Amino acid sequence: MKLLLLLVRRDVALAYRAGGALLPVAFFLLVATLFPFAVGPDAQLLARTGGGVVWIAALLAALLPIERLIEPDTRAGVLDQIAIRGVSDEAVAATRILSHWLSFGPPLMLATLPASALLNLDGATLWRLELGLAVGTPGLAALGVMIGAITAGLRGAGALAGLLLLPLAVPLIIFGAGSLGEFGGGGLKLLAASSLILVGMGPFAAGAAIRAGRE
Amino acid sequence: MTGARLEFRGVACMRGGRLLFEGLGFALGAGEAALVTGPNGIGKSSLLRLAAGLLLPAAGIVERDGGIALADENTALDPQASLGDALAFWARLDGGIDRVAPALDAMGLARLASVPVRMLSTGQRKRATLARAIASGAPIWLLDEPGNGLDAESIGRLEAAMATHRAGGGLLLVASHQPLKLDGARTISLGAAR
Repeated sequence: MKLLLLLVRRDVALAYRAGGALLPVAFFLLVATLFPFAVGPDAQLLARTGGGVVWIAALLAALLPIERLIEPDTRAGVLDQIAIRGVSDEAVAATRILSHWLSFGPPLMLATLPASALLNLDGATLWRLELGLAVGTPGLAALGVMIGAITAGLRGAGALAGLLLLPLAVPLIIFGAGSLGEFGGGGLKLLAASSLILVGMGPFAAGAAIRAGRE
Repeated sequence: MTGARLEFRGVACMRGGRLLFEGLGFALGAGEAALVTGPNGIGKSSLLRLAAGLLLPAAGIVERDGGIALADENTALDPQASLGDALAFWARLDGGIDRVAPALDAMGLARLASVPVRMLSTGQRKRATLARAIASGAPIWLLDEPGNGLDAESIGRLEAAMATHRAGGGLLLVASHQPLKLDGARTISLGAAR
């Protein structure tokens, strides 16, 4: 257990030190800034579509660090060294999901505050958005680690990761945006369900991918 | 670290659909050492990865008692961190932070502890990899070409470290095409096994 905590601490420290954690947030805010330029400054239209835009921006921001999640450590032999200390690949993948979420989930939720101002979102929508992000970003993190492990070491991994991740994130987007509506409670529950499925299968899928990558 | 043991029984290794070796058997106990020899590509590194449990044998059984330290071509040290910090990360995982300084000393790296890993030369990197294995405190050392890129003085340090390790009850499995002083080590010749 202490060993796993040390691994999480290392990964989070690496993510924040490299400025990597700021990159998705800056990207996220940039998308939120660009959207009003694209659709025009119609306050009502922005308020109606803004929540969905935040979700799309969050998804794209989650995509950015995928190449750095697993690949550098397989290449440098770090995952081998962890494995010979008797830590299962599944446990390593679980720590990766946790540390990936810690380095992009909370910063994204913070950045949603200025983003909601840019998109003219009201307080109730902002609250539902933050709730949805709190529930949905762990699923995004699990998906990111899974895809990162599967594409580790492949040529053009970044583009491939995008192609793999975006379709799999469709449920999160549908229910995430759905939870913003008038009767959002059901959407939020379904969002939680799809996020839970991803978090549940994430360690096993990513762990198997790490193991297969060793051959 | 008493009772360290590494045993191969009828082990076969397949990589990419190609049979590298089969029917390989040996047993090493505490204080013993074996030198794996053979031409490039014969499966020396694969043999060490089998011993480490990173690869599964296509047939046969690999048994080990005791923790493992693998020093292969990957340093597995954070390139941005200082050498001391990078080694301390692994030592902390192994619960032996106080073993870092002696390990640095043993490989003649004490002066470089504050230098970032990415600034190290090839030979220094190799010594850092070996220092990581020394600091692990594990009884089973698996060294893949430990002498690569080392100068004569460093080879001497390596041989001294290996002797100390064996004297303390550790066991050694070394793959090398360079002659290394390993008293009483048996030779596992992969080329001849076919």
